Amino acid sequence: MHIVDRRLNPGGKSLANRQRFLRRAKALVKRAVRDSSKERSIKDLEAGGEVSIPLDGVREPRLRRSGEGGVRDYVLPGNKDYIEGERIPRPPRGGGGGGSQGSPGGEGEDDFRFALTHEEFVDLFLEDLELPDLAKRKLATTEQLSWRRAGFSVTGSPANLALTRTMRNSLSRRIALRRPRPDAIAALEEEIAELERTKDDPIRLEEAREELARMKKRTRAIPWIDPIDLRYRRSEAVPRPVAQAVMFCLMDVSGSMTEHMKDLAKRFFTLLYLFLKRRYKHVEIVFIRHTHEASEVDEETFFYSPETGGTVVSTALEEMIRVMRDRYRPDDWNIYAAQASDGDNTSSDNAKTAALLTEEILPACQYFAYLEVGREDDSPMGFGYRQSDLWRTYDLARTAGAQIAMRKVRHRRDIYPVFRELFAKKGEQKTA
Amino acid sequence: MSLADQKTAKPGMRTGTRRNLPEGLLFEGADWDFDTIQRVFDACEEIAIDELGLDVYPNQVEVITAEQMLDAYSSIGMPLFYKHWSFGKHFASHEASYRKGMRGLAYEIVINSNPCISYIMEENTATMQTLVIAHAAFGHNHFFKNNYLFKQWTDADGILDYLEFAKGFISDCEERYGHGPVEMVLDAAHALMGQAVHRYPRKVRPDLRTEEKRERERRLHEERMYNDLWRTVPTKDKGTPDDADLLRRHALLQLPQENILYFLEKTAPKLAPWQREALRIVRLIAQYFYPQGQTKVMNEGCATYVHYKIMNRLHETGRISDGSMLEFLRSHTNVVYQPQFDEPHYGGVNPYALGFAMMQDIERICETPTDEDREWFPDIAGKGDHMAVLRDIWANYRDESFILQFLSPHLMRQLKMFHVVDDEDEPDLEVRAIHDERGYRKLRRAMARQYDIAHTDPDIQIVDVDLAGDRRLILQHTMLNRVGLEESDTRRTLQHLADLWGYDVLMREVDPETEMVVKEHTASARRRLV
Repeated sequence: MHIVDRRLNPGGKSLANRQRFLRRAKALVKRAVRDSSKERSIKDLEAGGEVSIPLDGVREPRLRRSGEGGVRDYVLPGNKDYIEGERIPRPPRGGGGGGSQGSPGGEGEDDFRFALTHEEFVDLFLEDLELPDLAKRKLATTEQLSWRRAGFSVTGSPANLALTRTMRNSLSRRIALRRPRPDAIAALEEEIAELERTKDDPIRLEEAREELARMKKRTRAIPWIDPIDLRYRRSEAVPRPVAQAVMFCLMDVSGSMTEHMKDLAKRFFTLLYLFLKRRYKHVEIVFIRHTHEASEVDEETFFYSPETGGTVVSTALEEMIRVMRDRYRPDDWNIYAAQASDGDNTSSDNAKTAALLTEEILPACQYFAYLEVGREDDSPMGFGYRQSDLWRTYDLARTAGAQIAMRKVRHRRDIYPVFRELFAKKGEQKTA
Repeated sequence: MSLADQKTAKPGMRTGTRRNLPEGLLFEGADWDFDTIQRVFDACEEIAIDELGLDVYPNQVEVITAEQMLDAYSSIGMPLFYKHWSFGKHFASHEASYRKGMRGLAYEIVINSNPCISYIMEENTATMQTLVIAHAAFGHNHFFKNNYLFKQWTDADGILDYLEFAKGFISDCEERYGHGPVEMVLDAAHALMGQAVHRYPRKVRPDLRTEEKRERERRLHEERMYNDLWRTVPTKDKGTPDDADLLRRHALLQLPQENILYFLEKTAPKLAPWQREALRIVRLIAQYFYPQGQTKVMNEGCATYVHYKIMNRLHETGRISDGSMLEFLRSHTNVVYQPQFDEPHYGGVNPYALGFAMMQDIERICETPTDEDREWFPDIAGKGDHMAVLRDIWANYRDESFILQFLSPHLMRQLKMFHVVDDEDEPDLEVRAIHDERGYRKLRRAMARQYDIAHTDPDIQIVDVDLAGDRRLILQHTMLNRVGLEESDTRRTLQHLADLWGYDVLMREVDPETEMVVKEHTASARRRLV
């Protein structure tokens, strides 16, 4: 009997099958992911999890007898008081003989439920989206070293001994120096033994003995493996640039921003973060909130700490420029910015805002998105038509040729479609 | 093949050698290591071979993790298999229900190969490992090696090599022709897998030389027997040329043919060679699993009986402790539990329960028969050596014939079996037989029929091909008890069949009692597969 310990064998043998399954059911799974993401909170989005798809799309048909009609026999255990010839009223849904033959468990037969990993979920969720203006993508100055094979060397640690190469050298050296081969020696020894036995050619015997002695001496003099043969695998360190990005979240936190609006903004920021995370190895986030003055804060404060004051948008832009100069030089970083606001701004500030945006920020950014959030109960017409101060300002800048993505959102369910629209592949939709 | 769908919690395995074990005990507590497994195996082997007289393939026991068990599940228990999305689907659903705790994993998987490979999970306790080794490495192993169906239909020596080949071949095809086309062929082949077995050993086709020899002998015979008088005897009408044509076509295409994949592999006009080979792979694998479906009750009955015997013997001889015995009995009773028909979790007859009960009943009949037993089973009643009887049964029967022969009145009474007939045309169900003097034979016949593949699988044959016309493939489903085919699955499967065949396909459902065509399904080829 053999006992084999397979526990250390690589697991995940089904991975290839799983990928095939996901590919097969891609359209269905994608739809399921979108549907389920509507109900989930943003935080859960990252966790992956269970989705269910209609069974019909992944059915494996076969020829089988129908479950209904005709004459059917059942042999059942556990008779209580039935006697031969007794008639039993037909139970509903033709579950023969009173036994429950329906599918066990409450799950509907039409749905197929299974779990997606985090990566699979996000991948499907963000599929077909593309970051705009990738041509400008910068590579970071911080470089990581990775090891790459680079030929052979004559020194090294025993673990890196290149056996095949070493043996090849040894073989060629032995051939070049004419080291006698073991079978040649064996043949000669045999001949000597034969000659000793027959004793009919003493001259040849003498010659053969000398020859053998010579061969043996040469064998001793030329080693099987010489230190000169040894070769080691050589590796060298290669610097590998790492792409990195920073994401600026700008938000108006003045009194006019309700919790609902902040929630909308947060969802948008989270989606953008997930998306950047997928493209860049390192993504940093900077949160800048503003009322009539702006400051860089941490995430918790950004979303949840109450603040009062007027609204001066340019302060936020100034703060962003400051942070950019301090820590994220546009030469080294891919810069993305998203601004959320209800659209209020002090009228006198509009001109300054527009100037800061077009002259300082946009040239440095890969992408600038402006999201105007509205109340849930705003009528779509009213909200759509009313042009806020900020919107008008940005719209003017845009018509003058600035690259700004602008959208209005007032309901949670709009966030994802708007996001998709902004980053849809082609990228030709630039107008709201 | 799974022992039971339940799982006992156990702390992770720790290593420990044979420290101060009490006299004779193989292990103590739940922990085990490889020495323990070896000791347990040797002890089981001694009982299985020397006392029970089993004859097994060499064993190979492989320890795997729960995750690897899940992997093995999804490719129908085989250690290696070609890649296909349906296995991924099964994996996903097993995984989902396992993670949710809705279902545990089987303790073991055993493969009908030589050497016989048993997978055991690292989470099992030492007692469970003993049970699993007794069950799989000896019970199933003996059955695989000796049952006539397995001997006739499966090649235990070659299966792993063949799967290796199949896996490589399919992945080569994927590389060369793309995932899409390969997937389409495999989808279609899987849909027809149930119609991909030869149910009878085939006639060996004579080669040309023997054919010629036969022809010569026939002529010589005719010459010897020549009598001019025969010429004057009126001959039967030759039949219409149509008939002759049909006969010729049938002979050429080997029709009627119930092995649809075989037929496609040999005759489908549009398939590329690699597609034929892929069909062949699926067909041969279906054939390999063909005996398993027909011997579920016997196979599990045999394995369960063997593990029960071995465990009891180990306990009697003081090799396992009382605690282990109780742990074993607990999971054994779970395995052989048969819910009654009116209980909510009744899911049909449990093959473990029925198989084990019948094996025990046979032992009882051999050793301490009643008058009833002597009357019903004159051949084996009171014969004494029950192991010899059982070994003979395990070798020479399948579920249907086994139940038809050996289901005893005693057991029918014990299980309180009854037979209900559900006729569509009647308002009520009828109790046709119960466990009494008048019902035993009827009950037993009805029970055996439930395991007869002629009753469970639809009878589908390719009957004709319209060679002169549009090359339409014509199939016939001969209905049994007026039960038709499941509509939507049939439509989909026929679509697959039409894609492989390359032309239209027609399926007629015929009621043999009235010889009327009850229903027709058709499908047209969607696009070329290549």
